[in-house]
Amino acid sequence: MMFARSVDDPNPVYYDAEAAKKTEVGGIIAPPTFPQSVAQFDPDYFLRPKHGQKWFGSAKGPTGITEKPASSGGLHAEQHFEYHRPLRPGDVLTVETKPGATWEKESKRAGKLLFSERITEYRDQNGDLVVTARSVGVRTEKPVAQS
Amino acid sequence: MALKKSALTVGATHTERVIENLSRTQLVMYAGTSGDYNPLHTDDLYTKEIAGYPGVFAHGMLTMGLTGKMLTNYVGDGRLKKFGVRFTNQVWPGDTLDSTATVAAIREENGELLVDLTISTTNQDGKEVVSGTATARIDP
Repeated sequence: MMFARSVDDPNPVYYDAEAAKKTEVGGIIAPPTFPQSVAQFDPDYFLRPKHGQKWFGSAKGPTGITEKPASSGGLHAEQHFEYHRPLRPGDVLTVETKPGATWEKESKRAGKLLFSERITEYRDQNGDLVVTARSVGVRTEKPVAQS
Repeated sequence: MALKKSALTVGATHTERVIENLSRTQLVMYAGTSGDYNPLHTDDLYTKEIAGYPGVFAHGMLTMGLTGKMLTNYVGDGRLKKFGVRFTNQVWPGDTLDSTATVAAIREENGELLVDLTISTTNQDGKEVVSGTATARIDP
């Protein structure tokens, strides 16, 4: 339900068991982009502050680290999901991520772009594939110019 | 709630306003649920002074989630087979977004009736922020 709220989706199939029972799917399911929240369960996820480590966001100053980041950072370029069945409460998912292709492109708005692909397979408690995700990240040479 | 082949034609469209006047608080909510705490999305000081952007901007996945709301409202719950997008422009606090699905093809595969959709989400200036495709199961 909190995830559905965070994407401003009031559809009761995501939180109301009684209402969801009357729908075609017969119970609560997860919204289609929910699988990305697997980041919550990755102990090494780099975009979460961690105990005892310096965080690069602002605190007393505009950043909590002293070294200058190597680039203006990564952005999300593409995201693709393939659904084999809806995710339901009680599912226990195991995730395996493999690197995919990498490529470069020159752009007017952000200089050299380095793209890299990651393929993530979500399997349920029976070992069945439920969601396949393909994510493309891009590292830009400079911040994206605003037109 | 599902789409019916008999009522669909190639080129048909469905449009919804998926967010109006996007708030910074919505970005904070999305950071919390997705686990993506990249300061680019919640930390104006960092984003301006270190990253070099005019201010915080939305997670691409938030825009995809908002676009997904239009899509599941259109095709029905649990009907999506594929949903993929490219993030073509950044989304900023204060933006108002409209998402449109357009029927590209109606076909059958392995005994299932499917609709292929092209997807576009645009901001209040008509600039496209997400472009993509989706495939969903439909009824006869």
